[in-house]
Amino acid sequence: MSFRYAWRKFVNVVMLSLTGVCALSAVFVLIFILGNLVYYGGSNLNWAFLTRLPRPVGETGGGMGNAIVGSAKLLFLAAITGVPVGLIGGVYLAEYGGKTFSFLVRYTADLLNGVPSVVMGIFIYTVVVIPMKKFSALAGGLALGVMLMPIVLRSTEQFLRAVPGSLREGAMALGARKWRTVLTVVIPAAYKGIATGVLLSLARVAGETAPLIFTSFGNPFWSHGWNDPTDTLPVVIWRYALSPYDDWHRQAWAAGFILLGLVLLVNISAKLILSRGMSSGRA
Amino acid sequence: MSSSVATVSIPTRPAPVGRVRSFLRRLRSGDEIAHMFTFVFAASIFLITVLLVYELYHNTALPRHKFGWNFFTTQTWDPVFDNFGALPFIYGTVVTSAIALLISVPLGVGAAIFLAELAPRGISDALTFIIELLAAVPSVIFGVIGVFVLVPIMRKYVEPFLKATLGSLPIFKGPIISGYDLLTAGVVLSIMVVPFIISVSREVLLAVPVDQREAALALGATRWETTWKVVVPYARIGIFGSVFLSMARALGETMAVTMVIGNVVKISTSLFMPGYTIAAVIANEFTEATGDLYTQSLIELGLVLFLLTIILNGMARIMILVTQGRGTSQE
Amino acid sequence: MSSIANHTAMVKPSMENKTTEPSPKAPALAAQKIAVSNLNFFYGARQSLFDISLKMGEKKVTALIGPSGCGKSTFLRTLNRMYEMIRNTRAEGDLQLDGQNILEMDVAKLRRRVGMVFQKSNPFPKSIFENVAYGLRVNGWKGKLPELVEASLKRAAIWDEVKDRLHKSALGLSGGQQQRLCIARALAVEPEVLLLDEPCSALDPIATAKIEELLFVLKDSCTIVIVTHNMQQAARVADDTGFFLMGKLIEFNDTAVIFKNPARKETEDYITGRFG
Repeated sequence: MSFRYAWRKFVNVVMLSLTGVCALSAVFVLIFILGNLVYYGGSNLNWAFLTRLPRPVGETGGGMGNAIVGSAKLLFLAAITGVPVGLIGGVYLAEYGGKTFSFLVRYTADLLNGVPSVVMGIFIYTVVVIPMKKFSALAGGLALGVMLMPIVLRSTEQFLRAVPGSLREGAMALGARKWRTVLTVVIPAAYKGIATGVLLSLARVAGETAPLIFTSFGNPFWSHGWNDPTDTLPVVIWRYALSPYDDWHRQAWAAGFILLGLVLLVNISAKLILSRGMSSGRA
Repeated sequence: MSSSVATVSIPTRPAPVGRVRSFLRRLRSGDEIAHMFTFVFAASIFLITVLLVYELYHNTALPRHKFGWNFFTTQTWDPVFDNFGALPFIYGTVVTSAIALLISVPLGVGAAIFLAELAPRGISDALTFIIELLAAVPSVIFGVIGVFVLVPIMRKYVEPFLKATLGSLPIFKGPIISGYDLLTAGVVLSIMVVPFIISVSREVLLAVPVDQREAALALGATRWETTWKVVVPYARIGIFGSVFLSMARALGETMAVTMVIGNVVKISTSLFMPGYTIAAVIANEFTEATGDLYTQSLIELGLVLFLLTIILNGMARIMILVTQGRGTSQE
Repeated sequence: MSSIANHTAMVKPSMENKTTEPSPKAPALAAQKIAVSNLNFFYGARQSLFDISLKMGEKKVTALIGPSGCGKSTFLRTLNRMYEMIRNTRAEGDLQLDGQNILEMDVAKLRRRVGMVFQKSNPFPKSIFENVAYGLRVNGWKGKLPELVEASLKRAAIWDEVKDRLHKSALGLSGGQQQRLCIARALAVEPEVLLLDEPCSALDPIATAKIEELLFVLKDSCTIVIVTHNMQQAARVADDTGFFLMGKLIEFNDTAVIFKNPARKETEDYITGRFG
C-alpha cells in the first residue's frame, strides 16, 4: 500500500517537472530570440542606420531610413482603411445586427482572418497591382489594411458586447436615441479595449512580410507618394538576411531588433492596459 | 369614489401603416441612418471576402483547364516547358507541418497542462504572459534566427547526432548538406506553432468545470492523476481543436520556412534534403513568374492553401465549440 | 398626507367579506397622471400582462407589489416604453399620460417626462457631473449646466456628499450613493413621473431609509411609481398600492385598505405571507 502510494507521489513529481520543463522551454525560446537580437542587432544600431538610405554592396554605413519610413507609411494607410471598417462594422455587429446577416459577416471575417498572408498578397496583386501595372505603397497598405479588418472587427464587437446592458438602459431611459447612446455611452465605456485591440492589430500587421513581396515590392531609394514601390522593414530584413554580405547581415539583425522591439512593446503595453482595466472595472 | 372608467381601448394601428410610421420616426431620429451607415461598413468585409474568393477562382482558369486534377499529382515544376505540378510543394508542406506537430504538440500540451493545472497561479500567469508574447513575434524574425543561429546548430550538432543514432531510419538516411532542409524548417515551424497550442489548450483546460477536479481529488487522486485521468480527457476534443488551429497556421507560414528550407523543388524521403512548401514557392517565384500559365499556377497553389486552411480552421472551431458546450450542458 | 410614522406596522386584515370578484376597485383620486386601460403585453407569442387597468394619481406615490415574476416590472417598463429595447415585444391597450397616448408619443419626449431608476444602480463610467448632465445634454437643455447639476444633486439629497468630487468618477461612490446619483440623473430633466424599479433591493437598510425619505420629499413635485417586493416598504411610502399576480392586477386601492382590509383573498394571502 505504502509503496504504491510512494510511486504515485513520485510520478506526480516527475510529471510536474516534465510539464514544467515544457513550459519553461517555450519561455526559453523567446528569451533566446530576444537575446540574440539584442546582442547582434543592438550593437549595430546607430542614428545613421535609422535615417540613411542603403548603400551599394561593399560600402558600409548604409541605413534603413527608407524602409522604416516605408513601413510607417504602409501602416498609416492600413490604419485608415482597415480600422474604420473594423470599428464601424463591429458597432454594427454588436448593436444593430440582424441575425442572418451578422452571422454572414462574422463568418466571412473569420474566413478573411484565416487567409494565409501570401494569399492576401496574391489577392491585392490581382485587384490593385495589375490594374495599376506597377507595385506601389498603395497596394502594400491596402493588403495590410484588409488583414486588419477582421481583427479589429472581432475585437471591437467583443468589447462593445461586454458593456453591460444596464448602461444602455440608463441612457435610453433619459431620452437618448439608440445612436446617441452607442456614441456617447457604449463606445466610451468600451474605449480602452477597442483602442488596445486596434494597437495590437497594427503590431501584428507591422511584422507581415509575405503580402508585401508582390504588392509594395521594394525600393532602395526614398519612395515618394503612394504610387511607387516601397521598401519596408520586414521585406528588407528578409532580403538582407538571405544575401551573402556580412554587412547586410548585421543590418538585418539591427532591423530585426527594431521590429521585434516595437512589436513587443505594443503587445506588452496592450496586455498591461487590458489587465488593469479589467480589475479596476470591478471596483 | 369615481366609478371605474369604462374606456374602450383604442385598437392598435393596422400593421403596415404602423410599421411605415415607426420607420419614418426612426429615420427622423437618426437611428435608421446609423443602422444603414454601420451596415455598409459591415457589408464591405463580406464583399471583400467574396471578391477575394472570386479573384482566386477566376485567376486560376488556365491551369485548371490545362491540368485539371493532375495538377495535384504531377511532380514536375517546369517553367520552361510550362508544365506545373503541385505535388512537391504539397509534400514539403505536409512533411514540415508533420514535423512541427510532432514536436510542438507534446511540448505544447505538456506546457498547457503545467500552466493550467499544476503550476501555482502567479507562476502560471507570468509564464503565460511571456508565451503569448512569443505568438506575436513576426515570421521574418524567426527566419533570421533560423538562418543565422538554427541552421548552423542543425548542421553541426543536431543532424550528425540524429544520423549517428537513428541513421538506419529512411528519414535520416541521406547526406547532411547545408542545414537548409526539411527538418530545420519543421523545427522552426514547431517553435512558431507552440504558443498557439499552449494558449488554446490552456484555455480549454481551464474551462473544465471545477467540480470534476474536486471529485477526483476528494477520492484521493494526486494532482497529476486528476489532471491526466479526468481533466485532459474531458478537454480532449478542445485540445484536438487547438492542434487543428495550429496546423492551419503552420500551413500558411511563409517567411521563416522559406528562409531555411532550401527552396529546392524535390521530393525526398530524407529530412536532411532541402525541399519546398506551397507558401514558400509563391513567395519566391511570384514576382519572377513569366507568362500567365506560370503565374496562374502559382495562384492555384494559393487557392489550394486557402481551401486547406478554411477546412482546418472550420474543424478546429467546431471542436472548440463542442468542448465549451459540454461544460454548460452538464450543469 | 401620510408620514412614515403612520405606515409602520402592518395590521392583520379582517377576515370578513372576502370576495372573488375579478374587477379591481379604483381608488379615490385627485387628478389622474397616468391612466391605463386594458393593457396586454406580449413577449413574442407569450402573453405576460393580462388586461391591466389602473390610474395613478398626480403627485402621489403608487406602489406595485407582488411575488417575483408576476409582471410588475414588465408593467413599469410599459409606462416609458423601455420594453422597446427588446425585440419581439408588443404592448396593446390604452396608456395615457395626461390624456396623451403613451404608445404614440415620440419616445424621447416620453422618456424625458417619465424618468426611471433601475434596480441595480447604473451610473455611467463618467464623472459625477457628466452623469447628471447627460440627460440635459441629450435633450438639448437650455441653461447653465453647473447650476442645473447642482440643483438635481440637491434634490436627490446627495449634494453635500459629492460637491467636492464632482469631476471624479461616479464609480467611486458607494452603492447607496450611486443609486441616489442615478435618481439625481433622472431628476435633472425635471420629469413629471418617476418610475423606480425595486430601487433599494441591492442596498443596506440605512441607504434604503435615505432613499425612502427622499421619495417623501419628491412626491411634492413628481408623481412616483415604485415597484417593490418589500411589503413593509410599500406600507411605509405609498399612497396607493397595486397587487400583481401572474400578469394580472388583482387589486388596486389606498395602501391602508390593501394592507388592513384587502378585498381579494389572493391579496390577503400574499400580505400575510402565505406565499411569495
